[in-house]
Amino acid sequence: MSAGHAQFTRATLTLGPVLYLWEGSRWRDFYYRIADEAPVSHVCIGETVCSKRQHFYEPYLADVIDRLESAGKQVIVSTLSLITAERESRYARAMIGDGGYPVEANDLATLGMLAGLPHIIGPTVNVYNSATARLLAARGCVAICLPPELPTESVRRIVAETPEVAFEVFAFGRVPLAISARCAHARSKGNIKDNCRFVCGEDPDGLPVHTLDRQPFLAINGVQTVSYTCQSMLADMHDLMAAGIARFRLSPQCCDMVAVAQVHEDVLANRIAPEEGIARLRAIYPSAPFSNGFHHGKEGAAWIARQAAATAPYADHETDMAVS
Amino acid sequence: MELICPAGTPAAFREAVDAGADSVYCGFRDETNARNFPGLNFTRDEMAEAVSHARQRGVKTLVTLNTFMRAGQEDIWYRAADDAARIGVDAVIVADFGLMAYFAEKWPAQRLHASVQASASSAAAVNFLVEAFGVRRVVLPRTLTIDDIARVSRDIRTEIEIFVFGGLCVMAEGRCSLSSYATGKSPNMNGVCSPASHVRYRREGDELVSILGDYTINRFPDGEAAGYPTLCKGRFHVGEQDGYAFEDPVSLDVMDQIDRLREAGVSALKIEGRQRGKAYVAEVVSTLRRALDASASERPAILSRLCMLSEGNRTTTGAYDKRWR
Amino acid sequence: MKPLPDILSTLAEYMPISVAQHISALLMAQIMRRHRDLFERLGEHRCKRFAFAPSDLPLAFVVSPNGPSVTVCRKPPVPEADAAVEGPLFMLLALLEGRQDADALFFSRDLTVTGDMEAMLALRNALDDSNIDLPNDLGAMAGPLAPLVSRVACGVRSRVLAEGEASWS
Repeated sequence: MSAGHAQFTRATLTLGPVLYLWEGSRWRDFYYRIADEAPVSHVCIGETVCSKRQHFYEPYLADVIDRLESAGKQVIVSTLSLITAERESRYARAMIGDGGYPVEANDLATLGMLAGLPHIIGPTVNVYNSATARLLAARGCVAICLPPELPTESVRRIVAETPEVAFEVFAFGRVPLAISARCAHARSKGNIKDNCRFVCGEDPDGLPVHTLDRQPFLAINGVQTVSYTCQSMLADMHDLMAAGIARFRLSPQCCDMVAVAQVHEDVLANRIAPEEGIARLRAIYPSAPFSNGFHHGKEGAAWIARQAAATAPYADHETDMAVS
Repeated sequence: MELICPAGTPAAFREAVDAGADSVYCGFRDETNARNFPGLNFTRDEMAEAVSHARQRGVKTLVTLNTFMRAGQEDIWYRAADDAARIGVDAVIVADFGLMAYFAEKWPAQRLHASVQASASSAAAVNFLVEAFGVRRVVLPRTLTIDDIARVSRDIRTEIEIFVFGGLCVMAEGRCSLSSYATGKSPNMNGVCSPASHVRYRREGDELVSILGDYTINRFPDGEAAGYPTLCKGRFHVGEQDGYAFEDPVSLDVMDQIDRLREAGVSALKIEGRQRGKAYVAEVVSTLRRALDASASERPAILSRLCMLSEGNRTTTGAYDKRWR
Repeated sequence: MKPLPDILSTLAEYMPISVAQHISALLMAQIMRRHRDLFERLGEHRCKRFAFAPSDLPLAFVVSPNGPSVTVCRKPPVPEADAAVEGPLFMLLALLEGRQDADALFFSRDLTVTGDMEAMLALRNALDDSNIDLPNDLGAMAGPLAPLVSRVACGVRSRVLAEGEASWS
């Protein structure tokens, strides 16, 4: 491992932005509780999926930021994943202009605007190698949440070759897989995007997409498509931390996210074995099966169980492993 | 406007040149390009031959190096970059920032185009690529309306190329992991979408069932036109209904909007389809060439014959028309 | 596209399989002589077996590029192979020559493909780049009669393709 990484600093947790359209007061209360109770070091706020949703949160933004800051959380302002309209570019520029909080770029437009300012790169910017990571670092990026589809070999190499950047991986949640100009959510209810009636708000955890054979497959979140499965890196967090990963991103789903954060924190701190963590996580978020295939270079929907040998340090927890 | 045509093989390349292409785009026979399909693409020698064949006829060759470099194996992409530059291709089409930086540094004279996979969908994004890497042309994603394109064009100092005919990506290009979610292989990493290695067709009663990995993507009753087994054009069960959740099996055709596109500042029109056969290339290129040279009133008749070559035997204007969204 | 003339399918029905086998092997050898690089694009798929099943003939052809060899059998059933393509004979021949776009024929449901799609795609691309021209290639083996054979074959082909086009334009 390169010297630049703080080898003995334990990785921490980032709460990613809420990807779904939640009612404003629910959104506010969610963050209040995160501020008060969740063992996370960083919290991303801001709409990343659809600019039409922004007005739902704006009335609560200042209060939420205050609460998070008083609780000692590092606030990060996340921005749109797909910027096409001029209005969207202007909005991103305004967020950057506000200053005070580091901005997370999820689109090239924001990336361009952030040149020279310390900023963060979100998971929808294509960082597949260290040549790209180093170039972004030279332009002012201090942290990168790597793309979820990146296999672990690539993650290790990029991290090792880019000591100047703090790296984050997508550790919990339905994985953002695609974004479109078209709104499949509106389409599913017979509307188009311009006349969407915010139907995505009816599915605060995503609208499930099954195959014609009724096999669960994907979920629709407005213009975004996410996985049906919930990615979980619990079993691999220690390896990734050893490889230099600084933070693990938890993406909010409709479940007790404080408990989700607590499980991850407990695993990171070696208080519980990963296998026990997974069993607890299943109880906290039973809605979707877990996956970690991307991490293993397999299909993203797959769940690759850890080899028995790799669990040796946690021999005390054999009974829990059997359960998971 | 420049007509840019696809070629998956040297035979298709010659057809495109003969049929009236201004430029032909093609890739090396490996994962450095986003049509990394079995049996497709060009060896280094075939590429050199194609470039010289085209140049003698006043046609340009654009080489796609539009996948993202795999960490630890960047050399595969750097070698392809060096070879393309040495062969003297007219432009390279690149998506990865690291590879763009390599060109800017090692081959500063090489004309660099930003691939649609680079996902520059706004003036600010395009200007970032121009300022950071000296990009001379940007291929805009199929997420913009013609009005959006006109606005982008006002605020940038580089040429605009767009897709006008052929396969339609429903998702923003270069930002889609649907294929790797189902198969482990993606356009960004492997240059494939819904790879043939994971596709199966099965007949069940009166239905043709297309399967990708472990998932049923579609069931076509007898007599219904079929499409590629891509996820964004699959039939799924959403809510209480079976249907095309994202898009029907259709392909893109905005050739009836040529004049508006020209006014919007588009300087190059691209035909998708490096995976298609030379018969398709010859037919589509010659037809679009005639349409470009014809008057607006003559165009519909010229273009009508192409529909049957299209996915699902139907076409759409995609995001270029706001109502598609 | 025009259906196969009855006389041909009748002929195929009553022709002893050994004769059909002999003729097919000769034709294949001739094509391989004139297109030595034909299977180069197949790469790892060279060792696969490909079945061609004309829907209007009671016969099927299994091609092994590695030999190269061809085996003729009666159908149904379509013989075992890694990948199979089924469609009217003239369409399969048009594909062999790259005169029709395979994807378009698949979209319109004229063509059915099963089995190893990667191998089938590789073969399609190999054929598409090969510039096979059946009237010329096969005419060349007819010795002194070559020009006549080529001319007749060309005539048949253009008639069939023209009718095919008329149906989709």
